[in-house]
Amino acid sequence: MPKTYENPVFAYRRSPDQDGPEARHPVVIVGAGLVGLAAAVDLAERGVRTVVLDDDETVSFGSRAICFSKRTLEICDRLGVGRQMLDKGITWNLGRVFFGEREVYSFDLLPESGHQFPAFVNLQQYYAEEWLVARAAATGLVDLRWRNRVTGVQARDDGVTLQIETPDGPYPLACDWLLAADGAKSFVRRELGLEFKGQVFKDRFLIADVVMQADFPTERWFWFDPPFHKGQSALLHKQPDDVWRIDLQLGWDADPEAEKRPEKVIPRLKAMLGEDARFDLEWISVYTFQCRRIDRFRHGRVFFVGDAAHQVSPFGARGGNGGIQDTDNLCWKLAYVLQGKAQESLLDSYDAERIPATDENILNSTRSTDFITPKNPASRAFRDAVLELSAEQPFARAWVNSGRLSKPAVLSDSPLSSGAGLGWTAPDAPVLRDGRADWLLPHLHEDFTLLIYADDETAVPEESVLETGDVPIRVLTVMLPQAARRAGALVDAEGLVAERLGLAPGQWLLFRPDQHACARGEMLDMAGVRAARDRALGRVERAAAAQRMVV
Amino acid sequence: MGRLNTLGRIAAPDELYEALLEAHRDLDEAESRKLDAKLILLLANHIGDAAIVREALDIARAGATTQTSPGSGTA
Repeated sequence: MPKTYENPVFAYRRSPDQDGPEARHPVVIVGAGLVGLAAAVDLAERGVRTVVLDDDETVSFGSRAICFSKRTLEICDRLGVGRQMLDKGITWNLGRVFFGEREVYSFDLLPESGHQFPAFVNLQQYYAEEWLVARAAATGLVDLRWRNRVTGVQARDDGVTLQIETPDGPYPLACDWLLAADGAKSFVRRELGLEFKGQVFKDRFLIADVVMQADFPTERWFWFDPPFHKGQSALLHKQPDDVWRIDLQLGWDADPEAEKRPEKVIPRLKAMLGEDARFDLEWISVYTFQCRRIDRFRHGRVFFVGDAAHQVSPFGARGGNGGIQDTDNLCWKLAYVLQGKAQESLLDSYDAERIPATDENILNSTRSTDFITPKNPASRAFRDAVLELSAEQPFARAWVNSGRLSKPAVLSDSPLSSGAGLGWTAPDAPVLRDGRADWLLPHLHEDFTLLIYADDETAVPEESVLETGDVPIRVLTVMLPQAARRAGALVDAEGLVAERLGLAPGQWLLFRPDQHACARGEMLDMAGVRAARDRALGRVERAAAAQRMVV
Repeated sequence: MGRLNTLGRIAAPDELYEALLEAHRDLDEAESRKLDAKLILLLANHIGDAAIVREALDIARAGATTQTSPGSGTA
């Protein structure tokens, strides 16, 4: 059915591992979807080889996750595909909410200037995956094995052994660390006997991607109880290639197979788009959704990332964007442990940081779902009351919840932070480097970065890299615009670094490899910086660590 | 706790009570509920302090007889 995109076919290739004795690799990733591929490229960027197994031979079928957040784009930029995603993607800022016949409310994502990436772009998931596959190949460190289906998992204290089925028959494969990125129906999760806990929503939704030349603006339109689809909700959102995402609530009693048939779908779309609308069906899917997670994402040598660990409703774009933040959090830690630069205990912070972040996603997506799908007469009364009031009463617009869009997690209770008010991701800002326009964020992702905000008086270390122990701290000096130029320093020409990071001359911030702030100070004190770096590597006294881990 | 003002403050309660009932006249169950919901939202916004509204919620909920509803998911 798809007309705008032809799924590439990646050839199955026999691996030497299928012939020799049982092979063992440092890291195996199960699942070459968005999240598994991001993990593979991230680890490769940090010098870690991976084997990636996928039971299929192509990227995602259908557009699936289409809203990529600013944070995801920034992470993907580090992975080498952010620019492509921005260039191909549809940038949108305005959302409109309709109730019945009329528009009741619109919101602007308020694009603040001075960021390399916008708040969101819409892009079919298969593009992101296809580019990540190419990127993975280019690193030379990712062994991507298509049509390799995992059929058995034996997890031990010191590693994991997998049984794999291929067109050439089965073979065993061992690894030190396993990343389960095998999606909502994760085989690895079931093999380990881990249960999802949370809510299953009794509702069904139809996704219809259509190709049409239409004059609708590049905006997110959300309808509650529209005249063309009484009693239900509807969403219209633009994707590249003249593809439009239409999402129609169907109710629990709808027959998913019948609803997918064109003779059923087309009249629904004509009611929405007009009898004369000309469109072609691109992809149809009927789905239900859950808001739930497993208890812990680390189980010894196995890590769960993305949908294999947690699921949310689509309202808020917190699925794919949450999964990418999982890998962003995990990969630098795993790389340091593999390189002997951090102890295994650092890996426990993946749970300590990503579980609260996941719970925030689940909470927001559950609340959106409760608003969109009222469960009883009382919740419907409040929902409709909010919507009716919102047209005339501005205060009520803040109560309208058609999805609270994904934001980067603030790791406010992180055991890796030295002090309160940290754990946020560095906001981007425009800077000058050797007189040329540049961005702040690309300077923050290699190892730890000590950002010093300097004027002429500020003393900064002479070295650009502090070889303190085995994990380097890179020094990044950002100068006041009027200060004298220093070699290698960035210039805060518009003053936005100072404003967004809350920095005055002489003050410093320490960023982890995932661009989350983990320490700050008034005056540069190298012992304090090193201690903060050590804390962020999990090198703390047991007692203090144990105390902080209670979250 | 204890910031919700529960002293009698309305000079002529009978009149306001009548107005509340009057507002619901000729409304079906759903419309009635929606009216109450709007009223609550408007007043909550006027109060502007979620803690006070929660106090009122607790008092309002205290006397309710509950029954377990089937089909509610586990948290």
